[in-house]
Amino acid sequence: MAATTGAKPSDGVANRSGHEPDERGHFGRYGGRFVPEALVAALDELTAAYEKARHDDEFLNELDRLHRDYTGRPSPLTDAPKLGAHAGGARILLKREDLNHTGSHKINNVLGQALLTKRMGKKRVIAETGAGQHGVATATACALLDLECIVYMGEVDTARQALNVARMRLLGATVVPVKTGSRTLKDAINEALRDWVTNVDSTHYLLGTVAGPHPFPVMVRDFHRIIGLEAREQVLERTGALPDAVVACVGGGSNAIGIFHAFIDDPAVRLIGFEPGGDGVETGRHGATLAEGSPGALHGAMSYLLQDEDGQTSESYSISAGLDYPGVGPEHALLKDIGRAEYQPVTDAEAMEAFALLSRTEGIIPAIESAHAIAGAVRLGRELGPDATILVNLSGRGDKDVDTAAKWFGMVEAEESTAVADGTAVAEGGQA
Amino acid sequence: MSATGGTSDVFARCRADGRGALVGYLPAGFPTVDGSVDLINAMVDGGCDLIEVGVPYSDPVMDGPTIQAAAETALRNGVRLRDLFSVVERVSAAGGSAVVMTYFNPVLRYGVDAFARDLASAGGLGVITPDLIPDEADEWLAASTEHGLDRIFLVAPSSTEERIASTVAACTGFVYATSIMGVTGARDSVADVAPEIVARTRPHTSLPIGVGLGVRSAAQAEQVASFADAVIVGSAFVTAATDRGPDGVRDLAADLAGGVRAAGARTPA
Repeated sequence: MAATTGAKPSDGVANRSGHEPDERGHFGRYGGRFVPEALVAALDELTAAYEKARHDDEFLNELDRLHRDYTGRPSPLTDAPKLGAHAGGARILLKREDLNHTGSHKINNVLGQALLTKRMGKKRVIAETGAGQHGVATATACALLDLECIVYMGEVDTARQALNVARMRLLGATVVPVKTGSRTLKDAINEALRDWVTNVDSTHYLLGTVAGPHPFPVMVRDFHRIIGLEAREQVLERTGALPDAVVACVGGGSNAIGIFHAFIDDPAVRLIGFEPGGDGVETGRHGATLAEGSPGALHGAMSYLLQDEDGQTSESYSISAGLDYPGVGPEHALLKDIGRAEYQPVTDAEAMEAFALLSRTEGIIPAIESAHAIAGAVRLGRELGPDATILVNLSGRGDKDVDTAAKWFGMVEAEESTAVADGTAVAEGGQA
Repeated sequence: MSATGGTSDVFARCRADGRGALVGYLPAGFPTVDGSVDLINAMVDGGCDLIEVGVPYSDPVMDGPTIQAAAETALRNGVRLRDLFSVVERVSAAGGSAVVMTYFNPVLRYGVDAFARDLASAGGLGVITPDLIPDEADEWLAASTEHGLDRIFLVAPSSTEERIASTVAACTGFVYATSIMGVTGARDSVADVAPEIVARTRPHTSLPIGVGLGVRSAAQAEQVASFADAVIVGSAFVTAATDRGPDGVRDLAADLAGGVRAAGARTPA
């Protein structure tokens, strides 16, 4: 069953999607640029560099070559019948972004922006990271392309994702723990923006999601469109039909927009994003920005955000560092408002149950972020029944989450927390 | 202060006095609501011509550690957006002239027109918007016009000529030139790019140009006042307030005001 997909990463970049923002980056009322004037010149420079690269065969071919030979694209589509048996008998297909080099979808965007950085003549790259997946991908691309790399990461996240901190340092990056505010992803972005305002001449801010000021939401989306372009061909070839639903986890929303985009013009295909419900949205401890938030401006764009009545950003919470963010990309805000996509919360407990379930049934340990999508697919399968086909973006692998999972399931002593691969313990946890 | 005159009255008085203006920043509610009124009044006593009342915000990406910490203190002590209007009202009633410095989301959340209306009725003269560029400001342009508030946008050393022109065209009252590429915070010397950004801005506007970011001493104030119409000082006032309270703020204001006066009037171009 060789992967016979014909879509290339450059297709998502070179070809317009038919769902473009206006020239100032507005998706309906969302997006735009809510930034200090000091950054406008750099954003204009980036917009121009990206526009030029989109039409440059040298850039497009290099992107395709790297993704083929380095990332390992195309990523496979895996049938998950034993998971499906727990999901009302629905057919569940996993888009295996976890098998990309560096272990998640993040590399799709990072290689594109790193190539652009070189073309702009900049030598220094800064990035924010939550779970560390984007930071690892950025550190990887910087090692490959000889760029200096500084990664801002909330202090809370450096603790819960210590493995990824070590990976970034091994790759030669400088990891800066951020000790302000909630000490998570939101504050890492603040600190990266402060660095960028100060060093904008020499530095590219390699933003890791489809949020932030124009052109980031559209550019990062385009670099991730390959996920959906490949998956759409793969599903059609495998099943002879479009799926009933396409699901993904949503923090900032990059993996979700990447897989959704190829299906936006297929009205029969439901698009569902699963947001971090944390302890349950009724507790207030969650990160379900689209389901529970309201419109506002944060980190350079108008979108939904979690905020209080004075417009102060609320602290989000999720067991998943990569989804623990009180904002979301502006195109998702538009997709929600026009009813083209739905967004539902999945709690920590549901996500961890799905984490264990996928590990045990299919031998695939997902990232806790992606486990939110698995939980959502199981819920949806039970609702839709055995005739349904559900395409899930398995956006990352769970190696980085082994410590967190071991603690959650209480199945290993602290000093032997790496023994999480013991399937029995996971199975017990999964049934808890 | 007459709201209809906006900040232009302040600059006219300073010009008549043969000197530039001293603008001091402190956040509303720092360390408490009443405490911030005392500190701001001390700033006026010491010789600040115009006050920037800051709105403490959870995600201040243009601010360095000093003002970040002050905002966190104010928020932890429970300051609310409605307190901003009472601070502005009390400062204005005591004879001060105040504009507000705020990130845009609190304004959006409050309602842009409602914010302008309530600030104007509290006696505020205008708003400085560090993360709002005119390109995104249609609603604010309308509301500020409607309620007679000055809208002060920022120009930066990285701004192109075209952007300087379009930005100052949207400004009323004065123009805020950031003297360096970076966030707020006291620095030892005035950056070389500060005179340059003022000189690049000058041909595009007849409005006064204030320079902010990094000024903390009388010598720096004198230097900035020699090429700009206003010297804007923030972090140094926060530090003075933290260290010595209203006395520290009054002394710093007097010291900086001496620097501004020593520079005399900028020779008209």
